[in-house]
Amino acid sequence: MISISVARGNPRTSRAVSQVLGEAGIGVALVALALFFLAFAPHFGTAQNVRDILTQITLNTILAVGMTFVILVGGIDLSVGSVIALCAVVAGTAMKGGGSASIPAAVLLSLLIGAATGLVNGFVTERWRVPSFIVTLGMLYVARGAAEQYTGAATIYSLPAALTGFGTTTLVGLPAVFAVALLMAAVAWFVLSRTVFGRLVYATGNNEEAVRLSGHRTGVIKVVCFVIGGACVGVAAIIYMARLGVASPILGQGYELNAIAAVVIGGASLSGGRGSVIGTLLGACLLGVLTNGLLLMGVSDFQRTIVTGAVIIVAVVLDAYRKRLSIRLSATS
Amino acid sequence: MSTVVDTPFLDIAGLTKRYAGVTALDGVDLSVNAGEIHILIGENGAGKSTLVKCLAGIERPDAGEMTLAGAPHRPAGAAGALRAGIQVVHQELALLPALTVAENLFLQRMPRRLGLVDRGGMRRRARELLGQVGLEVSPDTPVERLGIAQMQLIEIAKALSVDCRLLVMDEPTATLTPRETATLFTQLRRLTANGVAIIYISHHLEEIFEIGDRLTVLRNGQRVHTGPVAGLTTAELVRMMVGRDLNAEYPPVTARPVGEQLLRVTDLRVTAGAPPVSLSVRSGEVVGVAGLVGSGRTETMRAIFGADRPAGGSVEVRGRAVRIAHPRDAVRHGISFLTEDRKAQGLVLDLSIAANISLASIDRVSRLGLLRHAVENAAARELSSRLHVRATGPHQTVRALSGGNQQKVVLARWLAADTDLLIVDEPTRGIDVGARYEIHQLLLTLADSGKGVLVVSSDLPELLGICDRIVVFSKGRIAGEIARPEFDAERVLNLAYSGYLKNGISA
Repeated sequence: MISISVARGNPRTSRAVSQVLGEAGIGVALVALALFFLAFAPHFGTAQNVRDILTQITLNTILAVGMTFVILVGGIDLSVGSVIALCAVVAGTAMKGGGSASIPAAVLLSLLIGAATGLVNGFVTERWRVPSFIVTLGMLYVARGAAEQYTGAATIYSLPAALTGFGTTTLVGLPAVFAVALLMAAVAWFVLSRTVFGRLVYATGNNEEAVRLSGHRTGVIKVVCFVIGGACVGVAAIIYMARLGVASPILGQGYELNAIAAVVIGGASLSGGRGSVIGTLLGACLLGVLTNGLLLMGVSDFQRTIVTGAVIIVAVVLDAYRKRLSIRLSATS
Repeated sequence: MSTVVDTPFLDIAGLTKRYAGVTALDGVDLSVNAGEIHILIGENGAGKSTLVKCLAGIERPDAGEMTLAGAPHRPAGAAGALRAGIQVVHQELALLPALTVAENLFLQRMPRRLGLVDRGGMRRRARELLGQVGLEVSPDTPVERLGIAQMQLIEIAKALSVDCRLLVMDEPTATLTPRETATLFTQLRRLTANGVAIIYISHHLEEIFEIGDRLTVLRNGQRVHTGPVAGLTTAELVRMMVGRDLNAEYPPVTARPVGEQLLRVTDLRVTAGAPPVSLSVRSGEVVGVAGLVGSGRTETMRAIFGADRPAGGSVEVRGRAVRIAHPRDAVRHGISFLTEDRKAQGLVLDLSIAANISLASIDRVSRLGLLRHAVENAAARELSSRLHVRATGPHQTVRALSGGNQQKVVLARWLAADTDLLIVDEPTRGIDVGARYEIHQLLLTLADSGKGVLVVSSDLPELLGICDRIVVFSKGRIAGEIARPEFDAERVLNLAYSGYLKNGISA
């Protein structure tokens, strides 16, 4: 109903307002949730707890930002959880026992492996016109197996102190790792909203044939989105090692689903063309606040999982309702 | 002819429907007798589709009464309207692509035997129905393999399959050839003879005079006229719809100097077994492409543009041989292509008008890969006003526009790309009279400025009205070419059918 009155106003403000409403639907939910926990969850509002939340959502934010690109072009990447393990063990092995000088090469290696898996996912999906759901499901197994093979299923310890130190550093009160996530989100937002590439990402997700017939190589655009998603996983792998000081071939199971959940709660459509980095960021925050708040209230692990699942379903239902409303509003004849 | 009964079968009084502050229907009255074909006509956005949706239970009216056979008609949903005996053939196709023709036909009520689907019976009934609409396909063909005109016929057959008391057809002939339309009309007459009431929506004025008993004109959600079709003139009809005089149905064609050769296609084969096709377009020329649906017109244009890869042949642009393997190559060589299906292949519905307009010329509104929104919006504003796009501004999403305005947005995209040659496929299909005139005028203006235009159309009067010469396709090959001084509808039709006749007749 709000958007009805908005639709009649000044077009520029109405666009801004409807955009905020679209993302702020979740923004409002996030604030409401935070207020609820402030009232009922002990220690929720302390600076330390806020820092904890930000640290906890860092990995999922990075993965979800990458996933946003993939989902915007109508794809999905189920291999994220395994690829992060593969990136971690390879990069971890490269800097094992080394000093801080070994870090740049390892970071580069992690990024390359992530991007390479993304390239394979995207290329196979595009070249043979198969659903990315299946291709990345295959990659989920391949990368997990490769990670275990690479280390002989062993966990890697003794990573450079400079790296693990970074995992606990704070920058103006914020965890440095979260600053990395925020920076990546900012870059992604810029790319999607201000560049030709970003425009073509949205357009391709919306109507690929129309974009192709306008003279663009939609296949390349889609593959690049998978590569971006993969590179984000490479970054996440480094952050993971910085935070926990180990690289294990079994890490990351189920991470892909958390990332997808954040993107979807953030208002993206799984059929592509709709979604935003800001929405994704808010989605990741919502999941993080929910988990943290319930934990502080003493809700059990199991019950927390149930609540999280319910929230995902409610978010998608609300979003579908909102979308129907806006389509109905636009159909005047 | 129809039997006219004293009390109307359907009676609508004061029907009103508002959306988001826009009044789509404003106190509309309409009565339709049993056995009558009642034409509903009006520009896009006049409220025709909304009225149909209320009738079909898809939308609930805000005010007004509907009475069906003396009983109040207040359908709670689509199923309620179906139960009341109302069948609607919507403008948008509602077929399940993966299912077969027979399965689609009987989706509403599958013939059953012992609780299982009676496949044999279904196939038999399907063949009957396909015969009624004159469609020669196997009932076992998956619908996705059919062309858009064939799908339209399936929709019509589906509506015929059910015993209904009121049949509503929303632009059923938009994609049909004259022959298919004639078959459809025979079937409609059969239904009215049995007392079925029919509401028929169309933009084709010729058709209206041929099939209609009475007509109702809507404009801006209000009824402006109801009366018998006989005795009306086209000019009167247009004036009632548009609310002003359009001096002629087509803009005047003035003699233009024809310049250098822009495009020359030699022995193009759409597929390996297809016959070779050669044609050319000069600067300042409007060349029509006529032919039946499926005669190879669209396929040839798509191959020239690189939308599909041709099996052979050569293309020259301005006398230079070029290789076009992707639409990107075509755009680079100065060729635009307006597709026949604007929703599936033209528009990015959820993006803004500005984004849709700049899509084929994005390099001009960006620098170093960064969008320059101000430049983009300015360009969109300029083209929107030049083409008279009715919208709130360049930020409005294209989904919210009417069909005619959407088509203008796609045209604006190609004007922004500023190519030498423009190929347009069914440029005015499903578009109201006013917008149609404007689009014709625009195509002629482009030719005046030295561009070449190729117009593919099933609308013969349109081709005769605006083209300098017409190339006629028949069964995959070019059956002939007619220059403006020799224009004659019958000659074009003879050529169009020539490939399908056993011995072949010459025009």
